[in-house]
Amino acid sequence: MSDNNQTGPIQYKFETNVVAMILITLGLVSVGGIVEIIPLFYLDETMEHNQHKEILWDRQEGQTLNDWQAGDGVRPYKPLELMGRKVYLREGCYLCHSQMIRPFRDEKERYGHYSLATESLYDHPFQWGSKRTGPDLARVGGKYSDEWHKLHLEAPRSVVPESVMPNYPWLNESKIDAENTVKHMNVMRNMPNAPAPYTDADIASAAAEVEGKTEMDAIIAYLQVLGTMVKFDDSIDYR
Amino acid sequence: MQASLDQKYNFEIIKWFVVSAVIYLVIGTGIGVYIASELAWPFLNFDIAELTFGRLRPLHTNAVIFAFGGMSLMATSYYSVQRTCGVRIWSDKLAWFVFWGWTAVIVAAVITLPLGITQSKEYAELEWPFDLLIAVVWVAYTFNFIMTLAIRKTKHIYVSNWFFLSMMIMITILHVVNSMAVPVDMFNSYSIFSGVQDAMIQWWWGHNAVGFYLTAGFLGIMYYFVPKQAGRPVFSYRLSVIHFWALTFGYVWLGAHHLQYTALPDWTGSVGAAISLAMIIPSWGGAINGMMTLSGAWDKLRTDYILRFLIVSLAFYAMSTFEGPVMSAKTVNALSHYTDWTIGHVHSGALGWVAMVAAGAIYHLVMKLWNTRMYSESLINVHFWMATVGAVVYIISMWVSGIMQGLMWRDYDEFGTLTYTFAESVAAMHPYYVMRAVGGLIYWGGAVVMLYNVVMTILTASARKPAEAATATA
Repeated sequence: MSDNNQTGPIQYKFETNVVAMILITLGLVSVGGIVEIIPLFYLDETMEHNQHKEILWDRQEGQTLNDWQAGDGVRPYKPLELMGRKVYLREGCYLCHSQMIRPFRDEKERYGHYSLATESLYDHPFQWGSKRTGPDLARVGGKYSDEWHKLHLEAPRSVVPESVMPNYPWLNESKIDAENTVKHMNVMRNMPNAPAPYTDADIASAAAEVEGKTEMDAIIAYLQVLGTMVKFDDSIDYR
Repeated sequence: MQASLDQKYNFEIIKWFVVSAVIYLVIGTGIGVYIASELAWPFLNFDIAELTFGRLRPLHTNAVIFAFGGMSLMATSYYSVQRTCGVRIWSDKLAWFVFWGWTAVIVAAVITLPLGITQSKEYAELEWPFDLLIAVVWVAYTFNFIMTLAIRKTKHIYVSNWFFLSMMIMITILHVVNSMAVPVDMFNSYSIFSGVQDAMIQWWWGHNAVGFYLTAGFLGIMYYFVPKQAGRPVFSYRLSVIHFWALTFGYVWLGAHHLQYTALPDWTGSVGAAISLAMIIPSWGGAINGMMTLSGAWDKLRTDYILRFLIVSLAFYAMSTFEGPVMSAKTVNALSHYTDWTIGHVHSGALGWVAMVAAGAIYHLVMKLWNTRMYSESLINVHFWMATVGAVVYIISMWVSGIMQGLMWRDYDEFGTLTYTFAESVAAMHPYYVMRAVGGLIYWGGAVVMLYNVVMTILTASARKPAEAATATA
């Protein structure tokens, strides 16, 4: 090396000792992750429901998931919605659609109230996305009819001529499997972190809920619940 | 001379990594051109599930990052660690395990991703059985590298090896944490993290797949192959020391800037953005260090096409490491986030920096390993220009479409209502999506030229004269 080739004593140590090099590197690369990630699991301010209890569904003894009404607060996905979400993941929808509305005027007018962390409390993994080749879907629930969604998923350009979305005709062909649905619910229920609070009754009724349903029905059920769980009060700054 | 080198070092394994890298470059960029075309002409999805954008896009990213990038890193790190330590790779068997294990991961990706078998975490889509395989192969790769450093004949560990080592260590941590999932069955699982924490962990991984895998690792390539090809020592030792430690400490923090204005707490995003800005210093220090290595020998750029790849890659590195911090600033991010600008930024790094520095290193390696000149010097030049023009066309089209999208989404008319529907912004992107596909196609053409040149070099190596001193000596 041509110039500035005086090695200081500390650098000399690392450069000549592979174990020292590994240990110092391990230490240095760990700091950023520890500082940025671990507090998110412990700081109360991270999740809005710690300050605003009403945004989490306060489920009463004996209530079923079907007793929940839009705006009652964040709840785990119903069996059909959960399986629809699985279709959403499988087809890679998150690569073109975000589910995270930012607190800007234009986003509020285009998509609705800004998203809260609590709204994706039961989302394993998160579906915020990173790209809007298509529009944000965080509050798409209730904006269009089930029939519109079916037409749009089968042939997007039949309802939105400018769309570049693929057609998904095969979603009509596969049925949702009841046994499989129960397996997925059980995994969500037993998550070591942020488990979905399903009751035994929820699991027991799952088979009947998905009976005869197609993947198309499932993904529409999922899309229709997105963003409808929390009833927002415009006078409150949630974060 | 070559015969003794062949005995002293394990060149055979490097050859396999090198040829794989070139093949995967053609495949990975080829899939990229196809999915770019799908966005321009959606009929190309053909109503076939396995061909839709949503399923092929993860295959594209996995193919270029882990197949092409991985094979390039393994080839260059295992080659340069042997040369700079003056010893053969610690274990030949383990090196072969790494090659075949990594190949198995790639085959699994090619089969499972189009089938929709995915964890749906960007750049970490492969399902849990393959994640386990990746972990085992990666640790084997790292262990073999460390043991080779441990038995080195030189006193000092050369700078390229610092970068390779920190890349290996960080990727091990990131992969293990980010991929933690609870299986439903063989091909289904859910991340154990949810919502905001999962988002932070995903982008901690996502940005460091870029920061370590595609930056630190490829800087390892730069620190060995630029001085070798230029026939001159690295410009400044002190600058390499600063570059290395600042990058190793700093890059880890940047992931949070992907989540500005989201439901991630403000403090996290701001910390990420602040460190992102500071990262300009080591990044540019490194780029200058690489380029100035040529000082006093700039004339070589006229005649040495391989050196052109290496130096232009550093120009792209400098450009995208300036662009990145700019995009992480909150006001810019408010516009650029969710748009094609991000895609353009990634590709200025991937096409301009990663693939070009790797191409330069691979040409250098092919001549060393097969002890010959390249089949065609002028085809290297053809590849160089196709890669440069293709990358520039790609990046410019994404800059224009990205900024335009961002501006259209936030535009208000005189009555205070949104001027454009979302669908209008999609329609406005069409010409730029076509232009992007064309840029990608040119780049892909360059990769095909490279594959042809490499294959012909290997096939005709024994018939031609050995490499002369002019193409750099060992």
